[in-house]
Amino acid sequence: MSVILAVTEQRDGALRKVSFEVVAAARQLADALGATVDAVVFGAGEVSGMDELGNTGADRVLTADHPDFARYSPDGQAATLAELGAGAAAVVFAASATGRDLAPRVAARLGVGCASDVVGLEVQGGRLNATRPVYAGKALQKLRLLGSPAVLTVRPNTFTSSDSAKAGAVEKVSVPSFTARVIVTGTKAPDGGALDVAEAPIVVSGGRGLKEPGNFALIEALAAALGNAAVGASRAVVDVGWRDHAAQVGQTGKTVSPNLYVAVGISGAIQHLAGMRTAKVIVAINKDKDAPIFKVADYGIVGDLFEVVPRLTEEVKKLRE
Amino acid sequence: MKIAVCLKRVPDTTTKIVIGSDGASIDETGVKFVPNPFDEFAIEAAIALKEAAGSGETVVYSLGGDAALETIRTALAMGMDRGVLLQSGGSTDGMEVAKALAAELKDQGFDLILFGKLAVDDYNYQVGPMTAELLGLPCITSLVHLKVADGTVEAEREIEGGVETSTCRLPAVLTCDKGLNTPRLPSLKGIMAAKKKPLEVKAVDLGAGTVEILGLELPPERSAGKIVGEGPDAVPELVSLLRNEAKVI
Repeated sequence: MSVILAVTEQRDGALRKVSFEVVAAARQLADALGATVDAVVFGAGEVSGMDELGNTGADRVLTADHPDFARYSPDGQAATLAELGAGAAAVVFAASATGRDLAPRVAARLGVGCASDVVGLEVQGGRLNATRPVYAGKALQKLRLLGSPAVLTVRPNTFTSSDSAKAGAVEKVSVPSFTARVIVTGTKAPDGGALDVAEAPIVVSGGRGLKEPGNFALIEALAAALGNAAVGASRAVVDVGWRDHAAQVGQTGKTVSPNLYVAVGISGAIQHLAGMRTAKVIVAINKDKDAPIFKVADYGIVGDLFEVVPRLTEEVKKLRE
Repeated sequence: MKIAVCLKRVPDTTTKIVIGSDGASIDETGVKFVPNPFDEFAIEAAIALKEAAGSGETVVYSLGGDAALETIRTALAMGMDRGVLLQSGGSTDGMEVAKALAAELKDQGFDLILFGKLAVDDYNYQVGPMTAELLGLPCITSLVHLKVADGTVEAEREIEGGVETSTCRLPAVLTCDKGLNTPRLPSLKGIMAAKKKPLEVKAVDLGAGTVEILGLELPPERSAGKIVGEGPDAVPELVSLLRNEAKVI
């Protein structure tokens, strides 16, 4: 029986949420191929959250334990996955900072291609067809992975957890010897580990309509009231230095697919719309009723954001109480 | 310091995408092409590193058709020393492009090989790390901060909710993200000088392909929803809709 590898991610000894989405995508493939799912966990010692991998659809949980794996180890993890992946039908990663870095390395070591940022999967004649956004989401490309294993990264918030629980039996795998050409020396979380716009279930974004950088406090307050929300920004305000590039949504920033996207004071330039059009629900708040953002928004309020946003924050807080 | 930059010619990010008659690529009629914006951070980094080192050579490579000559000239006008066009039909297959680049860059004595973190057309995030693996070189992707001293790279890259710091020895492959620097604009003097800089054309054959493109289509249109109302008085209705109709809060 063939195997699908689901490559999980952990930070500070705890599995990241996106790991379960990777397992869910792998489960979908495995069910179509009649294969089993092996979730791979890299760590140095205990990693929390592994119990849940079986519930999400992992038949086995393979732990690769190495002192270097307390942090991301590109060379060590690529070497381990090249060995584990050599006989697999597919190797599935998250389209995250780590997965995007690691997947092409593993594909190159195995001499196969890679599909990045996949949002749709189907199996046809034993081959894997992937649908993925290109031009920052302005178009969808469908491609077939010709090599074996099929290597791919899946877009966060797309393959939500499956409900087919499997055993998730834990087994330890050996780590091959490797040369650590790149050493990850640490991580810094300037915003106290704030949610990333690409992964958050809710994104509240601000644009030029905020008039000055200090007014992003309004956006932050709304995001805090909503909970589980990240603060995003339009290119216009990133380019003038109001917000860090990490928060930029759009073609030269991030493409996001949250459950709820709230665009505040953002007119909706084509490159911004490309980055957020796959959100499940879009809310726009803008004083210009003709702003292009209203053409993609499910719900809109035409009005002065300085009046509307504080009221919205207040109403959301009431709801939470 | 000898530095290579791999550059791609891409449609401008403001382009409205129209699907071509083959159903698998875009209609290029009227499309303005530019250097891939992320590659411009690589060009700026290369030129600045050479300036700081006081000597060396910066070489820009592009793989594609003859139209990429103009893109290379833009990089030369920004200050790169010479250019090489790896002439081919171009490809959306990251692995095949990486193989062609690795074959060309191997044994050339580059201290650094720089890429953009992705090309804004294919959105692959692949060619840099794949090329590095094929060359057996260390690779750090999506840099927002870079320091090179005493043969060592110190880098910062964006991760979810923070920054990851890492280090490697030269020679190395790096991919560049927005935030790393502010790319210089070509000066008039640079544009004139670029015309005299060496630009070599080499034909390359791409492999049979690791992926097969089945098609390209526009995403489903989002239909405009409803304007809930005007001003703050519309807020309670909005909250109620998000709670009871959309069920997202």
